[in-house]
Amino acid sequence: MVSTPGNRRPGHSRRAQYNTFFNYLLAVGGLGIGAVLLLVSLDNGAAFAGARSAANSATAPVGVAGAEARHESTSWFATLAGYFTRGSRVASLEREVAEARVRLAEQAALRHENERLKALLQLSESESKPVAYGRLIGSTSSSTRRFATLSLGATKGITVGMTIRAPLGLVGRVLEVGHNTSRVLLITDTESTVPVRRASDGVQAYATGQGDGTLRIRLAATGINPLRKGDAIVTSGSGGLYRPNEAVAVVVSLLPDGAIARPLSDPGMTEYVAIERAFDEVAAKASTEVVAP
Amino acid sequence: MPSSLANPNSGGLPRFGQPRINRAPSKILAISAPWLLVMLGSLSPLWPIIASGPVIPPLGFLLLVIWQQLRPGLFPVWAGLPLGLFDDLFSGQPFGSAVMLWSASMILLDLFEARFPWRSVVFNWLVASCLTLVYLVCAAWLAGANHTAFAVIWPQVLLSILVCPILAQLVSMTDRFRLIPIRKR
Repeated sequence: MVSTPGNRRPGHSRRAQYNTFFNYLLAVGGLGIGAVLLLVSLDNGAAFAGARSAANSATAPVGVAGAEARHESTSWFATLAGYFTRGSRVASLEREVAEARVRLAEQAALRHENERLKALLQLSESESKPVAYGRLIGSTSSSTRRFATLSLGATKGITVGMTIRAPLGLVGRVLEVGHNTSRVLLITDTESTVPVRRASDGVQAYATGQGDGTLRIRLAATGINPLRKGDAIVTSGSGGLYRPNEAVAVVVSLLPDGAIARPLSDPGMTEYVAIERAFDEVAAKASTEVVAP
Repeated sequence: MPSSLANPNSGGLPRFGQPRINRAPSKILAISAPWLLVMLGSLSPLWPIIASGPVIPPLGFLLLVIWQQLRPGLFPVWAGLPLGLFDDLFSGQPFGSAVMLWSASMILLDLFEARFPWRSVVFNWLVASCLTLVYLVCAAWLAGANHTAFAVIWPQVLLSILVCPILAQLVSMTDRFRLIPIRKR
């Protein structure tokens, strides 16, 4: 049981009455200020980027320590789980390695052929060399939006629009850059759209985040849905933001006009992510301006 | 005469919040602890979790609501403005959403307090749960969630409701802690 402190009715004291009144006035003012801030930020998502970046930079050391602990604990659990599934996994891994060796030889042949053909056409393609490697030190885990904080900022040469990649696949792209940290829009965010294609034959589609860790694949062309369960989805490179042929997701269930796919990279399981330049800087600049966080 | 008669707690740990001879609670600690606890709750995006969906309860909001229920009048009615601003810096919501929703909740809780001054634990829990449900739905709507994303918040709602009593314990512990008599009178 709780009782009031009895300060709601301040009695005859004029000063106390004014105090209560102004407290309420300020509270209603706060409501109004919130509404105004909200309208401004909904209109222009980058409006308060400076304040957010400063706050994230100030608290970055906590996040870095936490990121290390996260990696330690996940690998510990993986070790424990490994004891129970070892036998069957070893068998399947041996089989996979044998298959992979054959594939590797084929790939090497294809690469040589590719180089030869490119030389014939006199195409020069810049290699995707990462600008830096960093950690994801936090995420907006209580909001429906999916942002992560990267442990690198402007001082390490990070700029808006750079793409973030984990060893297993695409993670997201840089949305705001602070001094020591930057804000990453994950591909699972509802406002993130990645132009993709099916790895096997190049059926064009768009992958939009659903906010729950899965991606909604929408086909670019209408008609019969050619997607199948287990199809690998890679970036198509259109739009210029994401480099083509980066692994994104695997289809897990089909819908009439597309599919639901699970991203290959789990940003929570990776210790380091690579930050790369946007594929086509000019096109990327044009397409980053439309997204509001 | 032996001081143990005058002060029965001299042997063990000092009991929280109990008056002791020649000691008084520190004013700074007494005032700042509630604010710091709510701000600490707002810092949950710094936890080493890269979540694939909204799973962590809105701890800052829940702590503010529970403080207001357990210690009405400790926070001024306008506390939603500064605390919401701080929360917005980290939460990932559109800037201003917490300022607005927290201010509205504080006014609502104050009116509620005047109407129902005597409440049971279960009643407090029920009110906090309903308020959190409305808050999360509003927050998801302001974040521009489509229909799929609305379904996404239910686990978070459930977790928030379940975590309420634990946070209430934390709040009452902090309340006792902030009144430890440490300052020399």
